[in-house]
Amino acid sequence: MIAQLIRAAAPKPRGAVVALAANDEMQLITIAPAAARARGVPRLVRRASGPLLLLLLWHVLSVTGLLPDTVLAGPATVLSSTAELLASGELQAAIWTSLYRALTGLLIGGSVGVALATISGLFRLGEDLVDAVMQMLRTVPSIALIPLLIIWFGIGEAPKIALIALATAFPLYINVYAGIRNVDVTLVEAGRTLGLSQAGLIRHVVLPGALPNALVGLRYSLAVAWLALVFGEQINATAGIGYLMSNAREFFQTQVIVVCLVVYALLGITVDLIVRVLERTLLSWRPAFSGT
Amino acid sequence: MVAAAIRVEATTAPTAGSALHVQDVSHQFKLHGEPLAVLERVNLQVAAGEFVAVLGPSGCGKSTLLRLVAGLEPPSAGRLFIDGELIAGPHPSRVVVFQDPTLYPWRTVWRNVALGPEAQGNLQAKRGRVAEALKLVGLTGFENAYPHQLSGGMAQRVALARALVNDPQLLILDEPLGKLDSLTRIAMQSELVSLWQNAGFTVLLVTHDVEEALFLAQRVIVFSDRPARLKTEIVNALPYPRHRGDPRLAELRHAVLAQLGLDATW
Ligand SMILES: Nc1ncnc2c1ncn2[C@@H]1O[C@H](COP(=O)(O)OP(=O)(O)O)[C@@H](O)[C@H]1O
Ligand SMILES: [Mg+2]
Repeated sequence: MIAQLIRAAAPKPRGAVVALAANDEMQLITIAPAAARARGVPRLVRRASGPLLLLLLWHVLSVTGLLPDTVLAGPATVLSSTAELLASGELQAAIWTSLYRALTGLLIGGSVGVALATISGLFRLGEDLVDAVMQMLRTVPSIALIPLLIIWFGIGEAPKIALIALATAFPLYINVYAGIRNVDVTLVEAGRTLGLSQAGLIRHVVLPGALPNALVGLRYSLAVAWLALVFGEQINATAGIGYLMSNAREFFQTQVIVVCLVVYALLGITVDLIVRVLERTLLSWRPAFSGT
Repeated sequence: MVAAAIRVEATTAPTAGSALHVQDVSHQFKLHGEPLAVLERVNLQVAAGEFVAVLGPSGCGKSTLLRLVAGLEPPSAGRLFIDGELIAGPHPSRVVVFQDPTLYPWRTVWRNVALGPEAQGNLQAKRGRVAEALKLVGLTGFENAYPHQLSGGMAQRVALARALVNDPQLLILDEPLGKLDSLTRIAMQSELVSLWQNAGFTVLLVTHDVEEALFLAQRVIVFSDRPARLKTEIVNALPYPRHRGDPRLAELRHAVLAQLGLDATW
């Protein structure tokens, strides 16, 4: 997240051409930004070398026995373990189970969040009724609700999905609500003079105007969905990545734990990528959108 | 069948525009809990097809008057009539072009212009009019551009096209050229005149530019400081097309500046 922010804030490298007049002669000098000037090595390679070195170090520590398998399995063991888990189909099944939980929870929580935000964003009465409650509830960390959720829903799938739904509802609620409230009032008035009805204003002006914020909310929701998934899967799971992990813990299979961690990370990256593509297509009209 | 065909003819034929009657209208806002009088007993009659400009010091209440005419707000006191009927709310036959183009950034130029007909549910029938309006303001070829890809002048043209496509009877213009560079402004002033002459709607234009008011309008209303009252009106009977260098325009300009208390700067 932080790396992304920094990357977004840094100016894009661009070549500049400056014309200088010296002794009545025009000279063209190309000034290249620092990033492009570094000799030879392409940027991608240089950026990749850090993680690769780390991987190499990890490998060396493992094979020399300085880092025992019971503490952290080496890359080679992790790879072979991945192959085994894939061959037996365990990993795929676990991924699907976890993905299903995350997406179901997000779907439920997200719908509720967007619906409530629309109600309190559009209607004064809705705001009075809904917003105060939501602002109050959102101060409670959803993870802290796990004990209650277990009492209410038992230890099956329901509390896990409920936890994810609860966690994801708030980021979407807050951002969609802010998006609706920040819609330019002059655009609404222009729409009224063009003859848009109340429903037409909502559909053609308010909701599209709130879309950028809604997508920000979606991104936050996805981030907390993973977090909630990891926590939720600690609740007596009998399937899914969390189950694989707690099983591995019992048998000190650190390699399986590493595989699961990598899977969590990859799932997170994939979903983030999907949201970026979504932003790119849905917000292509935005001048500020420089493409991530 | 024949009767229906004739009726369609009649409604799409150019009409002479709407007549506006502002009757004893006062308006006030609440500012920090205090009432702020903005309009004070304004009376104004605009004949069908007339081009009237409103001039006045900044902040005196010109935009407020236009908002009342547009039906965006009800007046605190008094009444406004359009063709003898009380104005109760916004209507696309009284469409407004604001100082800022207020285009929908997520809609292309074409879809911005098409929003009015889309809202009325007759976009299919009016597709031709959308293209026509874009051609009228010289933006053919930019249909698929997004507002951020346009210059200020182009965006304001889109706003104008978006208004015209509704076949307005009263075109309400709130300093629509105020932010344009002077060359674009001069070009668009001439365009406005020819649009008005061809389409035959009524125009109520607010501007802070004395020359613009005199070049465009048949009648110039001068407002006082806030709260706005009618101070004077100047009838400009010069025929169209007018010439910018016309000495009679310069004379009228002198008269208007005197009314605004600026005769010393002449
Ligand atoms: N919504 C509002 N609430 C309070 N005061 C307003 C509001 N709109 C305009 N005013 C005040 O009314 C006065 C007239 O505004 P306006 O009609 O926009 O002036 P102008 O003649 O420059 O167009 C200004 O002093 C402005 O501060
Ligand atoms: Mg104004």
